[in-house]
Amino acid sequence: MPDPIAIVGASLAGMHAAHTLRKEGYDGPVTVVDADPRAPYDRPPLSKQVLAGEWEPDRIVLPAAREDLDLEQLIGRRAEAVDLDRRVLTLDGGDELAFAGLVVATGAVPRRLPGQPDLAGVHVLRTLDDCLALRADLDRVPSRVVVVGAGFIGSEVAATCRGRGLEVTVVEAAPVPLERVLGARLGQVCADLHRDHGVDLRLGVGVAGIDGDGEGRVASVRLADGAVIDAEVVVVGVGVSPATTWLEGSGLTLDDGVVCDETLLAAPGVVAAGDLARWPSRRFGERLRLEHWENAVQQGEAAARRLLAELEGAGAPEVFDPVPWFWSDQYDRKLQLAGRSGADHDVEIVVGGVEERRFVALYGKQGRLRGVFGMNRPRQVMQLRTLLVEGTSFDDACAAARQIA
Amino acid sequence: MRVVVDYDLCESNAVCMGIAPEVFEVRDDDFLYVLQEHPPEELRPKVEEAVQRCPKQAIRIEED
Repeated sequence: MPDPIAIVGASLAGMHAAHTLRKEGYDGPVTVVDADPRAPYDRPPLSKQVLAGEWEPDRIVLPAAREDLDLEQLIGRRAEAVDLDRRVLTLDGGDELAFAGLVVATGAVPRRLPGQPDLAGVHVLRTLDDCLALRADLDRVPSRVVVVGAGFIGSEVAATCRGRGLEVTVVEAAPVPLERVLGARLGQVCADLHRDHGVDLRLGVGVAGIDGDGEGRVASVRLADGAVIDAEVVVVGVGVSPATTWLEGSGLTLDDGVVCDETLLAAPGVVAAGDLARWPSRRFGERLRLEHWENAVQQGEAAARRLLAELEGAGAPEVFDPVPWFWSDQYDRKLQLAGRSGADHDVEIVVGGVEERRFVALYGKQGRLRGVFGMNRPRQVMQLRTLLVEGTSFDDACAAARQIA
Repeated sequence: MRVVVDYDLCESNAVCMGIAPEVFEVRDDDFLYVLQEHPPEELRPKVEEAVQRCPKQAIRIEED
């Protein structure tokens, strides 16, 4: 029996890698390792349908986990180290697992606030168990939920909590939500969206501390401006860090993620995919690391093909360079972004208007189109995504976009 | 092949339209329309990609 291809991380990227290995005809052994004890699942519903109580967990099991892919599944087992010279993984408890090739797909872990206390009622949201713990607290109808961070996860949690009829305060250190991604003007649109749905939105102020009731349960959140907000539930949504601790000292290059080449190869016999993979994008002329659903799907597939090219000489290595895309559902609005954007970009509204919250904005930099952002405009976002594939000047893109409106 | 969309799951993200505009169209009412319920075989790779990349896994292929 040859050594298996080991996939560490059985979430979206890892399971798409497993699916692709089989689809490409690889019939050798495949071992999947994941510390999360749950059957592999899809994460977007964790801040929406599952948190809302509309869906039960069995509904979010990943399709690849229902397929008969003939995988050895070490679910609930943690990979603690890798020896690249010997091609051996060390698992929790000290067991060793030899591998022929390795897919690194351990994703990311939620960041915490500095000095964040360990109090009941204080949550992060990343795993299904995180979601169910938060949901159980929401089921008790807290008098107020404080969400720290108005990024995509924080905004979706706030929207879901409002949908459950709960009072919500959102605290965001930046002057508007999503400023780093969308810039000041469209970040303001997101701020208005929250406020129109009854959220108490505190902008431009950080959290000084989270205080307990003396019995181990959260009681309030102290802000840097001195305000104190009573809270029975606090959700900390201040971003994630790539889950690479177990790879320290392995010889892989770690720099805010696992550094790969443009084919997702991180070392001989090792590929990376998903939230932790950092690779150079030719299209955007920068190293990217994306925490998007679709990126995890596409990278899982591409990384699996890359590994087969490496191990079996099957096919030439492909350059991974798609146009990134993601979505976020908040209240009755669907936000979508194709490509790249940022506060330092030019922004032009080309379809619809921000007043009706149904519009498309183009993001450009140095005269080039870089991104297409839509609010409740899925049709036009997908149509205009092709301009990013082709590579268009910002002015031409704006003119073309106004034509399709 | 027959293209089947579960409209209880579909959220009109329009990913499918980006991949196979010959088969899928999200219109200005934000609803998805299947333009060809029985697309020709040469579109199968695109339709399969749309099935894989649908964020809601709302599309499936049934064989005729």
